[in-house]
Parts: sequence; structure tokens; C-alpha cells
Amino acid sequence: MSYTPHTQEDIKEMLKAIGVLSIDELFKDIPKTLRPKSFNIPSRKSEFEVTEQLRKLSQKNATQLTNFVGAGFYDHFIPAAVDAIVSRPEFYTAYTPYQPECSQGWLQAIYEYQTIICDLTGLDVSNASLYDGGTALYEAAMMAVRFTGRNKIIMDSGVNLIYRTMLYTYTSNLSIEFVEIPVVHGQSSREELFKYLDDNTAAVILQNPNFFGAVDDHSDVVEKVHKVGALAIASVYPVSLGILKSPGEMGFDIATGEGQSLGIPLSFGGPYLGFMAVKKELVRQMPGRIVGATIDKDGKRGFVLTLQTREQHIRREKATSNICSNEALCALRAAVFASLLGRDGLKELAQHNYQKAEFAKEIISQVSGVEVKRSSPTFNEFTVCLPQHADEVVYRMIDKGFACGFPLGRFYKGMDNYLLVAVTEKRTKEEIRRFADSLEAVL
Amino acid sequence: MKGPSGMKLIFENHVEGRKGFSYGKIDVPEFKPLAQKFCRKSVTNLASLSELDVIRHYTNLSRLNYSVDTNFYPLGSCTMKYNPKFTERVASFDGFAQLHPLLPQLLGGGMLAQGSLEVLYETEKLLSEITGMSAFTMQPLAGAHGELTGAMLIAAYHKDKGDRRKYIIVPDSSHGTNPASAAIAGYEVKVIPTGPDGYMDLNEYKKQLNEDVAAVMLTCPDTLGIFNPAIKEIADMAHEVGALMYYDGANLNALLGKARPGDLGFDVMHINLHKTFATPHGGGGPGAGPVGVSEKLVEFLPISRVVRRHDGTYALDYQKRKSIGYIAPFYGNFGVILKAYAYILRLGKEGLVQVAELAVLNANYCRVKLKDYYDLPVDRTCMHECVFSASRQVKNGVHALDIAKYLIDKGYHPPTIYFPMIVKEALMIEPTETESKETLDVFIEVMIEIARLAKENPSLVTQAPITMPIKRLDETKAAREPNLRWKP
Repeated sequence: MSYTPHTQEDIKEMLKAIGVLSIDELFKDIPKTLRPKSFNIPSRKSEFEVTEQLRKLSQKNATQLTNFVGAGFYDHFIPAAVDAIVSRPEFYTAYTPYQPECSQGWLQAIYEYQTIICDLTGLDVSNASLYDGGTALYEAAMMAVRFTGRNKIIMDSGVNLIYRTMLYTYTSNLSIEFVEIPVVHGQSSREELFKYLDDNTAAVILQNPNFFGAVDDHSDVVEKVHKVGALAIASVYPVSLGILKSPGEMGFDIATGEGQSLGIPLSFGGPYLGFMAVKKELVRQMPGRIVGATIDKDGKRGFVLTLQTREQHIRREKATSNICSNEALCALRAAVFASLLGRDGLKELAQHNYQKAEFAKEIISQVSGVEVKRSSPTFNEFTVCLPQHADEVVYRMIDKGFACGFPLGRFYKGMDNYLLVAVTEKRTKEEIRRFADSLEAVL
Repeated sequence: MKGPSGMKLIFENHVEGRKGFSYGKIDVPEFKPLAQKFCRKSVTNLASLSELDVIRHYTNLSRLNYSVDTNFYPLGSCTMKYNPKFTERVASFDGFAQLHPLLPQLLGGGMLAQGSLEVLYETEKLLSEITGMSAFTMQPLAGAHGELTGAMLIAAYHKDKGDRRKYIIVPDSSHGTNPASAAIAGYEVKVIPTGPDGYMDLNEYKKQLNEDVAAVMLTCPDTLGIFNPAIKEIADMAHEVGALMYYDGANLNALLGKARPGDLGFDVMHINLHKTFATPHGGGGPGAGPVGVSEKLVEFLPISRVVRRHDGTYALDYQKRKSIGYIAPFYGNFGVILKAYAYILRLGKEGLVQVAELAVLNANYCRVKLKDYYDLPVDRTCMHECVFSASRQVKNGVHALDIAKYLIDKGYHPPTIYFPMIVKEALMIEPTETESKETLDVFIEVMIEIARLAKENPSLVTQAPITMPIKRLDETKAAREPNLRWKP
């Protein structure tokens, strides 16, 4: 076989060295009665056959649609240099850098990634990444529960429903009380939130921009949260941080989010990148790997995985989390992406998103019967009220060549006519105009 | 090949005014900017660099790593096999890489993602047949994530029967993630010691097993690399008290076509696609940890489920009343699952069996060739890996860690060391099926040479590595004075 190098001669010599007559003899510990009842797998195929089979399958996916769907996962452009770096086998076929002397490349890259995440979020410490934005948010909530010794979590319903649902799943066997705060005019309702805030509150979770794309300054909320000794957790969209006030600037204790927008393909839902940054006093409660700088015997700078006494391979059932990996290659994508763009590029990217979405709002609001919700400022995604069920409109827009947005009725009661439209830097003026024309045509 | 030493951090290369990427002139008229109160005051410290600056920085960093494509990794429990290149190409096809995960959730959107849904469906079917389980969820994003999902499925199963059980049993030789996952899911952990024969102590197991036990988590072959012929008996005993059997699939490589966890009596299992099914480790992730279950647990699997309709099309099903819910945002690490699917199709039935056979052949070859030089706590035929102890070398002051560092000097990634914890000074060697006899022979010679040096000139081993850009690092300093980010 192509991926196993053994010749018949090799096998013969190796069996002889081991002192057995056949390979079967090596499996003698598996009793005959425990051998597979069936093993009905198709026969091997050539590389060419499998490649063509899967190429044909890939063509059954409709990626030619012009995409206005976001809802937390965005169609951004990925510079070729990002792909070039993550395609280096020295990165993608390496193991977790537990042996620092032969892993300095990975360790330094992660240290740099951590610095970038701290920088974007305005917080002190980042870990080496988590699975995705949802599991990162769950880990943040659990950190708050451990840190405060309390068990009530207040969550804004502007937090992505997918993440809220994940939190419920993960905590279903634990005694954690959740309170959900309604969104009023696209914003977190302070009044409602403060009603529930008390000295049993472990954390308040907010999202910025929220699921409706609305931006907010949560500084006032965070201040109140701290007064009762709870932690403030922000779930954020990293591209927006090119211009938006950072979680650190608003006083948040923990920021998490989905890093997919930083150079990671949509790839039907994964692999993605959960990031997490915290204030320094929380570092020992943080889950996941962390890279630190230190010196070698000669005093030279080097990097190692550190603070490992939090982790499962040392603490077993007493670990802060069961996590044993990170999304290193996705974190590397994010680091290369951010480094290519630099401080000016990231701002430019955020501005392009904001400006194009503003333009789209303007153009779409001219479609008769359509109302663009303007009660709050937005970043690159906004809510449109349609004269009919959004599902139907989405369905008809597919024929026009558009994935035109996410129907909010799927996640929110009473919002059947609402559509969530995302406009990234990839959408051209021409596409936005055609979008509006097509919308007019299908209504 | 060794890279240049003394690499600067990317931020230390910053040159004001440089740009590595530009979005060009915006093609829409300018609108009023966001109000200041919503905008960040702080500038980021991202470096401003040219594209070449960035490429050269990361390319040079990559050269400081060992990797499967450049070095042999006899890393036990990690199955560092070669990752075929064509799977990378397949995963990069636009139709797969550009697909938005929410498309099939739109009205009529299922037809927009038929290719990807078919991949998920077919991979699930293949994994079920390979392992003898009834169904799989492809959602778990890593092995440990799969364990947590499995523990939650176990909890849901018992809860549904009105049965609140408190404990999960793990052997002391288990991977650290097993007890950690059980604890995170809300269980208390009971630990069973390993007997001198390398198997879980059956008397102790019987003593601890009762109707408060929700599940028994085992890996098979176990972390000593041996297959426990009493496995079915262990499973039957668990089932007798109503407990479920969890299979940690980290060591599945040796069993392909030779035994199936489902047939052995396991009810829940995860597979590390990045081990057995050759998807790259990526420097620590992303992996994927699909979870398989026996018939009685299918109804609890996370939503959504991919189903095949009568007309041969695929759809997402959310109507599962007893499902534990969402454990991932979508359908799993699709890009990773796709590579595993391509690998399974390519190898086929014959290829998969050959994987198990040659992996076991390679491990036993290393075992036999090295056992005169290193202590072998359990001296018997092994499966995918063998575990030595450096206790003989320790007498001369040479520890497993020193052996590991010396191997780095010789161009090898070290074996897994100090695991399993039940073996003092453990050196856990898993060569995998993709390594040739020549590679193993040279590695074995180096290991024998280390054993000789440990006797004759131990300081040569204990000062290693000396050929790398850095020497041994001060890990205590790293933990005591955490420096976790660069600051200007």
C-alpha cells in the first residue's frame, strides 16, 4: 500500500526477529469469539478515484450563491499567504509542542497568537485557543462559577442562540441557574438585567455586536456587575474589534469568541477557533493550553507550555477542564492573518465591513415594503423586516442566486418576518444593488 | 534541518507604515462613522509588515519544529502516522471549504449542501461498520470533547430510566482526559489499580462495581499497549449492574478489522480521527472526536442528525425529543471529517486491516529489539505500542526525560514519557504502520547507544539537547513568573 512501506522481505525478517511465524500470531490475545462480526467496508480505491469522487461531491454544494448569511459565521476573504503558511508540513504535521526544544516554531507562534488576542480584546492573558466560540463561552461561564463560588448566570438573549443552547446542554447535569434577558429595540435591556443581578450571580454574559448585529457600549453594565462581585463575560466578533470598543476597555473580565473570521474558511462549520482572554487574576482558572516565555540554560529566550498544573494530564479529575488539545492550526491562521493585515489593515477591514453594511442598509431600505431596523447602530449585520415570512423570501432568493440572510424566526419567537443580513468586505456595490433588485422582484 | 536561532518576535519586526495586505479602495459611498462611544480608543499593537516579512517570519518559525514529514515520531498513544497529501487537496475544494454551515438550515437549503451532508452521512456509516456501533455523532470537536459528549450521553440514558448514578470507573492506567471528562459531566471518579500482569485488577473492579456506577471507561488495547482478553467479561459484569461501557478510541489503530468495540460489549466510544484516520495533528489541533453508540443510546445523540431520505437526498433532523442537545455549533469539524472519509475510501477494507497488522508488527519489533537494553514492565506481545521503563538507566542518573532530550539531538521526536503514570520513568513507543524497517532499525540503534552511554558516560545524555537552537528551558521560571504575552 502507498502509505505502508513494508516489503514481504521486511515482514519476514521482522517476524523472525520477534520470534513468531505470522502476523496473526501477534493478535492471539484477541479471542476468536471477539473477532469482528462483520467488516463490510468497500474495497480500496486509487488516489485519482477518491479525488474525483469527492470533487464531484463538492460540486453538489451550492457555493456559487452570493452570500449574505452571517449569524456569527462570516464569509471573509482569506489572503493566499495565510494558506501558504498553514500548508507547511512543519506546522500541520507536527504534534502538540510538549517537547519545547523541537517545537520552538509552534510555541513562539502560539505566544504571538496569545499576544494578538490580548491586544484585540484589551485583556491581559489569552490561552492557546479552544474548540470554537460556543465551547469557549461555556468554559468562561464555568470559570466564573468556580471563581465566584456562585451558580447563577445571567445571559442576554442577544447572545447567539447556538451558543446559549450549547451552554444549556453542557450544564444540564450541574446545578446552574440561568436567566435570559430579553433584547429590547435590538439592545440588551439594562432594566431587566439589573432586576436579576444579585450576590448569587456568578456572571453576566453579553455579546457585542449582538446576534442582531447591534453594537453597544456595555461599560455601565459591567460596572454594576462588578458591584455585586460577579464577572462580566463578553462574546465578541474579532473583525469588529478593528474599530469597536474592546471588552477590556469596557471592563469585562473575560472575552471569548469565534475566531473563524480571522482567516479560517467557513468549511461547513469547522474546524473553527475558540478564543479566550481574561484579566490576569483569572489565569489559574483558565482552561486549555497556555504558552509562556522563559529562558534556557544559557539565558536565551525560549517558549514552553506552562501553568500545566491546571490541566487533565496532571490533575486528572481535579483539572479545570478536560481539554487536551487546542485548535493550533486555526490559531496559526488567525495569527498570520492578523500579522499580514497589521494594525492599519485590521481597522481597514472593519471599516470596509461597516461601510458596506451601511450602504446595503440604505439600498435595501428603498425596496418597497421592506424596513431596515435602525433603532441601534450596527457593525456589518442588520435586521430587515419583510412584508411576509422570511423563510419564503429566503427560498425565492436562492433562485436569484443569493443566500440572502438568516431568518430570525428560526431563533426568536414572533420574528417570522425578520431577516438578518450580513455584508462583509467581499460583497461589492454591484452585488448589493442586485440583492436589492432581486428582493424587490421576489416580494 | 535546523532553523536559524534567536528568532525575533513578529512584533519586534514592526516598521511603521508597512503593509502586508490591503483591501483596496472601497466601492461604496462613505457613510457616517460609528459614534465615538462605540469605538476603541486603544490602538492595537499588531505589527506592520510586508507580505514577505510575514512569510519569512513564519517560514523560519516552521523550520524550528519537528513534524511527521521531517522526523520520526514514536510517540505513544498519539498515533503519529503519515498524513496522505491528497486529503489536504480534497478538503480545499471550494465546494467544501466555502460552504456556510447555516445554508442547510434555510427553507429548501438542504439541497444547497447535499455534497457535505453526504460526506457526513457516509462517514458515520463507515465508522459504525468499522467499530460495530449502531450510530455516530460527528459533532465532537476533539477526543476529549467526545469523551465529555459520551459521559453526557451516559447521564442522559440513566436519567431517562429515572436512575441517578454517581460514579464512573476508570483504571489508573487511563488517559488523564477520562477522569477529567467524567468529572466535568458531573460524575465522581472511582479508580481501579492495575495488577502486575498489566491488566485492570479484576477483584478490585468487582468490589467497586455496583448500581451506583453509571459507566466504566476503558481504553483497549490499554495504555500499556496490551489487549485484555477478559474485556468481554468486564463488560458483561458492568452490564449486569446496569452500567454502560465507554471505549476510549485513542488506541483504535491496532484493532482495525481485528476487533470492534461494539462486539466487545461497549456502548459508547469516541474515535480520534487525527490518530487512527490519519488527519494531521496540526501542532495540537484541530482534531475530531466522533462518538459512536449502541442501539439503546441512539435516541440521545446530539442534534442535528443527518438523515437519508427515501429519494436518496440528505437532510438535517432536529426532531429528537430525547437528544442531549447541541454540543457543537454545527456538524463537527467538517474539514477534518472529510479528510478521514477520503482516507477510509482510499484504504478500503484491505488497507485498514493492513494498518492494524503493520502497526502491531512495528511495535513488537521495537519491543523485542530493545528489551535487552531497557526494562519492560509487561513483557508480552503488545498491540500498537510498547511501554519501557528507564528505571535501569536512572541508577546512573539518566531519566526518561534525559533520554527524550538526547533523542531530539539525534533527530527524533521523543516517545511519550512519564505516561502511563503506573510505570515509573515510562517510555511509551508507538511507531505506527507508516514507518519502514530501516527507520525503526536506525532508531533502535540510537536507543541502544543511549542505553550504553547511560552506563558509560551519563553526562553526555543528561546535557542533551545540544544541537537545537535552544537548550533545556527553565520551566519553573515559566510557571512562577508567567510571561504569557509580549508587551511593547
